[in-house]
Amino acid sequence: MLYNVFIDPFVQMAGAPDLLVQALWEGLVSGVLYALIALGFVLIFKASGVFNFAQGIMVVFSALTLVGLYEKFAAFGFSGHLAAYVALALAAVVMFVLAVVIERVVLRPLVNQPDIILFMATFGITYVLIGLGEMVFGGDPKQMIADELFLPGGSIDVEMLGGFVSFQKIDIAATVIASVMIAGLAVFFQKTRIGRALRAVADSHKAALSVGISLNQIWAIVWFAAGLVALVTGIMWGARSNVSFALEIVALKALPVLVLGGLTSVPGAIVGGLIVGIGEKLGEFYWGPLLGGGIESWFAYVIALLFLLYRPQGLFGDKIIERI
Amino acid sequence: MLYRETGQFKQSYASDQAIFPILQDRIGLAIILAVAFVAIPLLGNEFVLASLMIPFLILSLGAIGLNLLTGYTGLLSLGTGAFMGVGAYAAYKLSTLFPGINILVWIVCSGFVAAGIGILVGLPSLRIKGFYLAVATLAAQFFLQWCFVRISWLYNDNPSGAIEVPARTLFGIAITGPSATPVTRYYVVLVIVAVMTLIASNIVHGRIGRTWMAVRDMDIAAQLMGIRLLRSKLLAFAVSSFYCGVSGALMVFLWLGAAEPSAFEINLSFLMLFMVIIGGLGSLIGSFMGTALIHILPILIRSLPEALGLPLAAATVEHLTFMIVGALIIFFLIVEPHGLARLWQIGKQKLRVWPFPY
Repeated sequence: MLYNVFIDPFVQMAGAPDLLVQALWEGLVSGVLYALIALGFVLIFKASGVFNFAQGIMVVFSALTLVGLYEKFAAFGFSGHLAAYVALALAAVVMFVLAVVIERVVLRPLVNQPDIILFMATFGITYVLIGLGEMVFGGDPKQMIADELFLPGGSIDVEMLGGFVSFQKIDIAATVIASVMIAGLAVFFQKTRIGRALRAVADSHKAALSVGISLNQIWAIVWFAAGLVALVTGIMWGARSNVSFALEIVALKALPVLVLGGLTSVPGAIVGGLIVGIGEKLGEFYWGPLLGGGIESWFAYVIALLFLLYRPQGLFGDKIIERI
Repeated sequence: MLYRETGQFKQSYASDQAIFPILQDRIGLAIILAVAFVAIPLLGNEFVLASLMIPFLILSLGAIGLNLLTGYTGLLSLGTGAFMGVGAYAAYKLSTLFPGINILVWIVCSGFVAAGIGILVGLPSLRIKGFYLAVATLAAQFFLQWCFVRISWLYNDNPSGAIEVPARTLFGIAITGPSATPVTRYYVVLVIVAVMTLIASNIVHGRIGRTWMAVRDMDIAAQLMGIRLLRSKLLAFAVSSFYCGVSGALMVFLWLGAAEPSAFEINLSFLMLFMVIIGGLGSLIGSFMGTALIHILPILIRSLPEALGLPLAAATVEHLTFMIVGALIIFFLIVEPHGLARLWQIGKQKLRVWPFPY
């Protein structure tokens, strides 16, 4: 038993390095996508202190909007690359409207309430978005319009370490786009006027208010940014499988990523995503058969729990200082 | 005029510390109990009993359990569904292993099994706090759910993967299984829920409840005052899981009759949390109010278009229900973030000073 748990998996890894690379790559890709979802959470948590449960459904909703709009266009005979990009722009507009509405209708009346109340309010948003999305676009799984958006399909097989490792092109594209977006966000945060205001708000609401930063404006911007991140995540994830409400369950995986990295840290979200993605794939691949499979559903949480026991504020989270 | 404590003199500490020190409250409670024990079984039809009242009482019990943990002790938990599942599977397993012993004994025992699991899950709570703890309890939720699916011993290797309730009797009357009438089931549930609510009320009004509230308000300060954090937090987890476990066992045995693992998935946990927060954190009566709202509201909304004669497709109604429930949650949080229990208190205060504004 001990041999099976502690030694045998590593023997397998050493025995077939090409499989190990494949598993690592798949873990990396799903880690990047987890990290993207977690990034949306972190953006909002930093700026407004809201633990935004609706991020998962925002991913689904944005992707559904994109595909749904494209289908509507196609029904009028307007299809192809241009239509896809028009739909993309319109989906971004929808996310912007959503951000403004949420800020105006939900966040502003709930200013200064305890965290758990705001958390619950995002549950309310989740319900509304589920109902709205299903009513407008239908609940059936949809095909992501990957070709029309110039996203590559197929895969590249590379011969290495005595075997073939297959890289899906869409996975490579997802990793590249995610990296570009994270870099873009970092530049936005560090170099622009709004980015500086965002960081000021994250540090202290009151101090930011006192130097004349409009909290309401910042919140709308941050929710819009999270909406854009959700849109990109939705496209990537949708292109890998398809667009359906099952994605929402996947979004729950972002929670362990989030606490692992620390709720307030952007690098934490990325590192956490990679740790969870890779850990989960390796766990499923090498230790899963011992337990009868299907351990993906909880393995990520256990990884996060172990890290939390060591550092209760997450790997990169702000140190929790408690005073009486 | 009617609701005023003037003139009700207390002549002993015991009467001053009673749960309901005001006469009118006692009368109100007596009326509620009379309605619950006499009027509803007499007047209610099968739908009211089986689809409204039994689930309402059972879910209220779970909501009380979660409220003890989240509302009174301040430990956010998203694992309620799994704890209820533990209770259900434990009761099923025990009652099929030892069919000779009364089912009620096993329902209570299943609460203790859930309490044991709850203590294990609660262990990290000393180090991990707030939302981090919520995610830690999610680990329990998903792990336990996986156990319900994968460990076939738990459901006696039933090929469908579901647990089916065996027929059991109490004093010769069938209380579980297909032959039990809604009225009997209702009475069994009602008695259990009433007794356990009374116990919960005594716990939260006593030393333990005060300890919990001190921990909730600030655990470090509580620790400095000599409260043993580990013990009180674990006790909160244990008692809360006990309530959830019994509620889960009742849910399968006296409401659903059979359950698949998906009955105890994460959505149930979220639903329970809604009930507690909409009802009011740290309030037992709030648990009942929140459950009433969250459980009965969707049923009402669903039946509304039919009653009004609106020609809406079933799917559209379903989606609209989702949207309306979501919007109402936000609405209630904005109007009264402290929950329905606070509205109730405000109403009582208004009644006390009536006809004057203050």
